[in-house]
Amino acid sequence: MKQPTASRWRTVDIVVASVLGVAFGVIFWAWSLLWNGPADAIPLPARAVIYGVWLVPAVLGGLVIRKPGAAFYTETVAALVSVALGTIWGWTLVLQGPIQGIAAEVAFALFAYRLWGLAVATVAAAFAGLAAGVYDKVAWYPDLSWVSFGVPFILITVASSMVVAGFGSWALTRALAQTGVLDPFPSGRERALV
Amino acid sequence: MRFAAPMADPGALLARRNPVAKLAASGVLTLALLATLDPVAPALALALELAVVPLFGVAYGTLLRRAFPILLSAVGVVVALGVFAAQRTGEALFAIGPLVITTGLLNNALGLALRVVAVALPGVLVFASTDPTDLADALVQHLKAPARFAIGALAAFRLAPLLGAEWELLRMARRARGVDPGRNPVAHLRLFWSTAFALLVGAIRRGTRLAAAMDARGFDSGVPRTIARPQRFGAADWALVTAAAGAAALALGTSLALGTFRPLLG
Amino acid sequence: MAEVELRGFGWRHAGRRAWALRGVDLRIEAGERVLLLGPSGAGKSTLLAALAGLLAEDSGEQEGTARVAGQPSRTARELTGIVFQDPQTQLVMARSGDDVAFGLENRGVPAAEIWPRVDAALAAVGFPYGRDRRVEALSGGEQQRLALAGVLALRPRLLLLDEPTANLDPAGAALVRAALATISGVTTVLVEHRVAEALPLVDRVVVLEPGGGVQADGVPEKVFALHGEELAARGVWVPGRPLPARLAACPPGTELLRGDRLSFRHAGAARPALSEVDITVRGCEALAVVGPNGAGKSTLALLLGGLLGPTTGTVRASPALAGADAARPPHRWRAAALTSRIGSVFQNPEHQFVTTQVRDELALGGVPPSIVGLLLDRLGLAGLAAANPYTLSGGEQRRLSVATALAGAAIPGPRPLDSPRLLVLDEPTFGQDRRTWIALVELLADLRDLGHGIVTVTHDADFVAALADRAVPLPEPPTPPHAPHPPHPDPPAPPPFPTAPPHPHSPAPPRDRTEPR
Repeated sequence: MKQPTASRWRTVDIVVASVLGVAFGVIFWAWSLLWNGPADAIPLPARAVIYGVWLVPAVLGGLVIRKPGAAFYTETVAALVSVALGTIWGWTLVLQGPIQGIAAEVAFALFAYRLWGLAVATVAAAFAGLAAGVYDKVAWYPDLSWVSFGVPFILITVASSMVVAGFGSWALTRALAQTGVLDPFPSGRERALV
Repeated sequence: MRFAAPMADPGALLARRNPVAKLAASGVLTLALLATLDPVAPALALALELAVVPLFGVAYGTLLRRAFPILLSAVGVVVALGVFAAQRTGEALFAIGPLVITTGLLNNALGLALRVVAVALPGVLVFASTDPTDLADALVQHLKAPARFAIGALAAFRLAPLLGAEWELLRMARRARGVDPGRNPVAHLRLFWSTAFALLVGAIRRGTRLAAAMDARGFDSGVPRTIARPQRFGAADWALVTAAAGAAALALGTSLALGTFRPLLG
Repeated sequence: MAEVELRGFGWRHAGRRAWALRGVDLRIEAGERVLLLGPSGAGKSTLLAALAGLLAEDSGEQEGTARVAGQPSRTARELTGIVFQDPQTQLVMARSGDDVAFGLENRGVPAAEIWPRVDAALAAVGFPYGRDRRVEALSGGEQQRLALAGVLALRPRLLLLDEPTANLDPAGAALVRAALATISGVTTVLVEHRVAEALPLVDRVVVLEPGGGVQADGVPEKVFALHGEELAARGVWVPGRPLPARLAACPPGTELLRGDRLSFRHAGAARPALSEVDITVRGCEALAVVGPNGAGKSTLALLLGGLLGPTTGTVRASPALAGADAARPPHRWRAAALTSRIGSVFQNPEHQFVTTQVRDELALGGVPPSIVGLLLDRLGLAGLAAANPYTLSGGEQRRLSVATALAGAAIPGPRPLDSPRLLVLDEPTFGQDRRTWIALVELLADLRDLGHGIVTVTHDADFVAALADRAVPLPEPPTPPHAPHPPHPDPPAPPPFPTAPPHPHSPAPPRDRTEPR
């Protein structure tokens, strides 16, 4: 699969996107420990408030790597790794991860993979949140009412996503750039000379 | 903290099968079961899945441990149904406050719960019985996945246990610095994200170094890669996929025959 | 035609103001073995990366030329092989044989030739196990040997080694040096801190100047005779130069912490990380915990630091250290109380950074600005007060990490400021150059002489000789008959972070920055 040179993935792009996915797999595992299992087996619409956390890899991957497919790839790797590690939400993430990733990818593509600021991040997060919310409702809670559960759930998911995965990923990218670790990437070149 | 190492006996009959065959088998079953909401199809599928667990070289006790999170998800689904169901058909059995639990509701709940478990179980079996390197090789050789991505992901995945150990160390380092969240949940969150940030910095640094080392060994050279570990997809592998398709057909067919089939869409 | 030829070579990483290298003129003939030396920040790693062809054109600015076997080094990548410091970020696959085969697969070597070459490379470095040996079951020294095998399998004409033994304990370092000694006929450029041990492996020494070119070049004896004094003053580990020794200026004080029959076992682990260790720490005493890898030194450091609770046994603090909290074990103290009594310095300084500025790191918890200023000056960090801690060089990060542990004592609280404290350090001298090493010894000795207690976990025999009043050896862990041999490195020990990672694609191994005087 030949890609044009500007959007060809370098080794460092592939490895760091993979490592970001793996790191988030670990972070999700730690997050699930923090939130203490049984309480969260209850998926009330309230759980949707923290839903955005699951979507950070997609948006962050896009913002850091800035190549077509980065959002999709990073989110997919994060989902697979968290399943492999035995996160409490387990296998459900494997199917959802790629779908969420594709949704974020669509947003980045709409901006022609040229804009990478807060606005784009929020849009990508919103799309991913929408995909996640709809998927959850259709695949896992099909018998539940759209009115009392479905729509509020999706709306809260999208809002959480925009804040946590949109604004959060954007802020995270900037903080990472300040440490100098993103120097091999265009996202890192924007910091001041050292 | 045992990370993801295959916990199955790798010599077991089905564990030995080509990873892509295992993935395809579990995928076929999963898709079929997602199509219906009744309890019969997943019950049958689950029974078949549980029967072949030893053939994957996994002990039932180990399986229970690994699959425990899935059981919790199932409970969650049932509870949500109790609270938010759109229709409450059938006879009312009892009520919890304003929520009436009916036979229809229980039927749906059972179906959904079984579905969660039956859909997830094949995935657990595949992961427990497959070596990541073999999986990457099989994906590249049989499904023509781009080699650079498969190997890049594999190399990064090897760092997972290191990152896990590092998480613990980062937690301890923060305590050593006097950072203590106490009982405040907001403080807990801030500490969590501070630790996550440090983990990400370390992970990215490792990633860039690993990438340099891989490039130094010709990863980026553009020369077509040769294969050191050829994977075979043989008759036994086709048999596995066919058997899974057969099980799926059996499950759905029984459900249709008994009239309990409830399609997901429509 | 020289194998390696650099003419007026200079490199500036993107995003940096200073040039890492400038005006380097160097010729190396085929078969020569060269040791590359220089103080921290001299650009040694950058030079190796340039020779390996890993400095991408868009990652910085180049002057002059770097040629390997007559071609620009970027196109001659197939002729060079490079081994880095940290084995964990060089090894790609989970099984040993697969990792060596990785490079061969990349180069398109026909499948039938791959495994014979893998076996030959493993034999060449004296790898003691078979192909299926899992990489995580190898010791650091064995992992580095494996990395070397992976490079040698590609039959490079030029072998580059960037501090290959920096992260290893003495046994592991010896393993790697033994492997290197058996290689012949390959042009080699080695960067190595432990100069004395590296000398038998080389014929020639080249000294680099920070931000400049070649300062000295020639046979080791001559170079050290002419420039030894100056090099040592700038931090190069010139062999044969004496190191300061600081014995305690006061008699051992009151007991601060006592560990009785300490054991620790990770949940689900086959054997304990630490078994039945007794240890007593007193004020005005520097204690060194020594022993081979896997003996549990890092675990002991965490137990003494109050960061981990023992599986069996007890850690008890005296009232002199803990005041009212003496009744409870340190791992149950509140974090603020812990940090004011026991300072812990981790092996990897980056693990302990929690803020975005050096100044804020020191001020964490409410340390008064006067103390912050004092620490910045004493540890030579004054010019970096506003910098992000992650952008500091390895030596600077180490000093910052020690400073933050010291700052903990100044956090306002009920304790009198002059009550004794304990400082626990895990491998504080890893990868340090001579100057920072000496500064650290002096600082720790001063603290000890003020009445505080110091515990260091270390492999560094010179450090033990210079500072320690007492050494506590931990025995080699018993190897169960059927366990992977040798024993696992302690799980809590972090993969040691190299202090000078050239990030070849990146503008700047911040660690190569010249330290402020």
